[in-house]
Amino acid sequence: MSKGGWMGTVLRINLTTGQISKEPLNMKWAKDFIGGRGLGAKYLSEEMDPTIDPLSPDNKMIFATGPMTGTNVSTGARFMVVTKGALTNAITTSNSGGTWGPELKFAGYDMLILEGKAPKPSYISIYNDQVKIHDADHLWGKTVWETDDMIREELGVHDTVVSCIGPAGENLVRFAAIVNDRHRAAGRSGVGAVMGSKNLKAIAVRGTGGVPVANPKKFMGAMWEMKSKLVEHPVTGEGLAAYGTAVLVNIINESGAMPTNNHQYTQMENADNFSGETLTDTRLVANKACFSCTMACGRVSELPGEAQGKFMVTTRPHNWKIAVEGPEYENAWAMGADCGIDDLDALIKASALCNELGMDPISFGATLAAAMELYEKKYITDEQTGMSFEFGNADALIAMTEMTAYREGFGDEIAEGSKRMTEKFEHPEFFMGVRGQEFPAYDARAIQGMGLGYATSNRGACHLKSYTVAPEILGIPEKMDPAATEGKAAITKVFQDATSAVDSAGLCIFLTFGVGLEEMQPQIAAVTGIPYSVPKLLEVGERVWNIERIWNQHAGFTGKDDTLPKRLLETPIPDGPTKGEVNKLGEMLPEYYKLRGWSTDGEPTKEKLDSLGL
Amino acid sequence: MAKSLRIIPEKCTGCMQCELACSWVQTGMFQPSRSLIRVNIFDEQASYAPYTCFQCDEAWCMNACPVNAISINADTGAKVVADANCVGCSLCTIACPFGTVFYNPDTQKAFKCDLCDGDPACATACPTGAIEFVDSDSADWLGGWAEKVNASYLASIDGGNAA
Repeated sequence: MSKGGWMGTVLRINLTTGQISKEPLNMKWAKDFIGGRGLGAKYLSEEMDPTIDPLSPDNKMIFATGPMTGTNVSTGARFMVVTKGALTNAITTSNSGGTWGPELKFAGYDMLILEGKAPKPSYISIYNDQVKIHDADHLWGKTVWETDDMIREELGVHDTVVSCIGPAGENLVRFAAIVNDRHRAAGRSGVGAVMGSKNLKAIAVRGTGGVPVANPKKFMGAMWEMKSKLVEHPVTGEGLAAYGTAVLVNIINESGAMPTNNHQYTQMENADNFSGETLTDTRLVANKACFSCTMACGRVSELPGEAQGKFMVTTRPHNWKIAVEGPEYENAWAMGADCGIDDLDALIKASALCNELGMDPISFGATLAAAMELYEKKYITDEQTGMSFEFGNADALIAMTEMTAYREGFGDEIAEGSKRMTEKFEHPEFFMGVRGQEFPAYDARAIQGMGLGYATSNRGACHLKSYTVAPEILGIPEKMDPAATEGKAAITKVFQDATSAVDSAGLCIFLTFGVGLEEMQPQIAAVTGIPYSVPKLLEVGERVWNIERIWNQHAGFTGKDDTLPKRLLETPIPDGPTKGEVNKLGEMLPEYYKLRGWSTDGEPTKEKLDSLGL
Repeated sequence: MAKSLRIIPEKCTGCMQCELACSWVQTGMFQPSRSLIRVNIFDEQASYAPYTCFQCDEAWCMNACPVNAISINADTGAKVVADANCVGCSLCTIACPFGTVFYNPDTQKAFKCDLCDGDPACATACPTGAIEFVDSDSADWLGGWAEKVNASYLASIDGGNAA
């Protein structure tokens, strides 16, 4: 065992042969890539051909924690699922919180690498050094919550934490998620479909060991210092805690940056109906934290009596009398504004359904929105959809949530994601995304830097890889003009690199609302015993960004894929405070390539790669 | 007046900072399985409840111990296990009606909350004020809280008829 942060062991399971092995963590790589996202990408790069089909047994899945995972650093809960995305064909790094990642560390492992494909439905149980593959015939078809209950009961080990797929993953829905702790998810890029393709239903973990810290004295001081700063900051101490991520609904809507009706508009009249403020006033019953998080942005809501019967989903046994997590900003937007829907109860149900069925609500909502636009423009008809797909139809949202997870009716088309779906119906211009992955909740015409971030994001359009909404809208750490392109290439690069470092350490990117790498650095150094400075962490981040980029190049992506849909580049925003804006990607991209040390075609140069040791 | 731990479950977010802090005191690592305070998560009821020894007056653990290894600390009022005397028979863990005395397979001794000698790490670590260390001779608040929860639970399962 290493003396701090890392547990020093990788658990490897070949599902085809059933072989279970343990190997020492490559400490040279661990120092260069820290853990989580970066170390997962390094292992995947070393071990796997990027050109394989993501749903074939050749694809590998890496569940990677960081050295901070399982410690009491605020947000020390995160783990990454690193694999080739079923939605994107690009490298994906899907992050989740809850307690599953820490539990894997307590069991003694930094990473779990899955290979091959189980001959029949299976699940894995890990109890410290006892690792078994179990039959899962009786679990196949069960929802996430049913699976969670059944596995914990049948293993009989107190405090077992389950990470699993629902029907969406089994049915290879291209944006299926892997859900742990019932409501936390490695949500995007179709990691759940990859798991489903391996006949793997769940991974249950219980660990009773501990995570050591290399330099306890230094660590405790720095840990308390950062926690105090988080409490004092208006976003991490007040906004997120009081209203959850949906505190952004009114802010982004008023800025004219909330994509509405599949990015046709950037403001929605009644967005306040599903804002964090309204949720808190009317439906909130508790705030829920991930393991070791002092911010607790998770929302738990409950439908009052009269709302329980609305949008009945007859196949669900619990009839909605229970508390469920959500909605968060992103899913409230995707299934709300982007589909023209402003009914909070519908969004609470649809969010919970996505958790229960194991599906990414962002890609699902955005794909339904694209289908609604196809319907609005009369490129698809009632006959095909089986119901009215008018923007704003909450009944269609609820029905399609279920039908998509089970691939029933038109749900079978939605399950392919909006790129494949719009191509099939011959109107690919309605796909709103990058590298096959749908945009999250910020219109790139209204926030220029987000356009560059989306276009260059290695895992496809994503808000979590360079959240320049912080400076451009929220003024964190300093206010930048969202309409300007000047300085956006530089801030995007720094944010991408810093985020990669945070993701690799095992921390949550939401920390960066309140603190920077300056505050995290002493804790990472104290836990690992390695003197990571801020420049050193940024260098790790840049190394991670480049290794993902090269991986994607080998998978067939080029600089030509660093682009945005025509609508965002050419169709001005029709009204609202950002009226007339388009995204000026062409003004930012060449400068970005230059700052990255890449060629004018977006290829990492040999000098750059040499300097990063790649 | 002595001080005792008071839990306000409504404020708990289930973040486990108390478990992490307690395990750090016990083992010098982050090891929730060795924590003496445990957070119980009731997902469908949106209820998260930290739970530990409240140093009850009856002190069943102390009475059950055949070798008098458990005694009351005069300063804090905590019932404390003396490792030197404990023979690891586990009788105290069975005697405790609250399930808050544990057996540590690593040390082969019983271990329980000793209020960290008067400065409980769990209360310090709690970010939401769900764990307080307050002036109070006993944990009387616990009975009142249990009564309240029980009444609302009975009401919820049978429209109030069961109560």
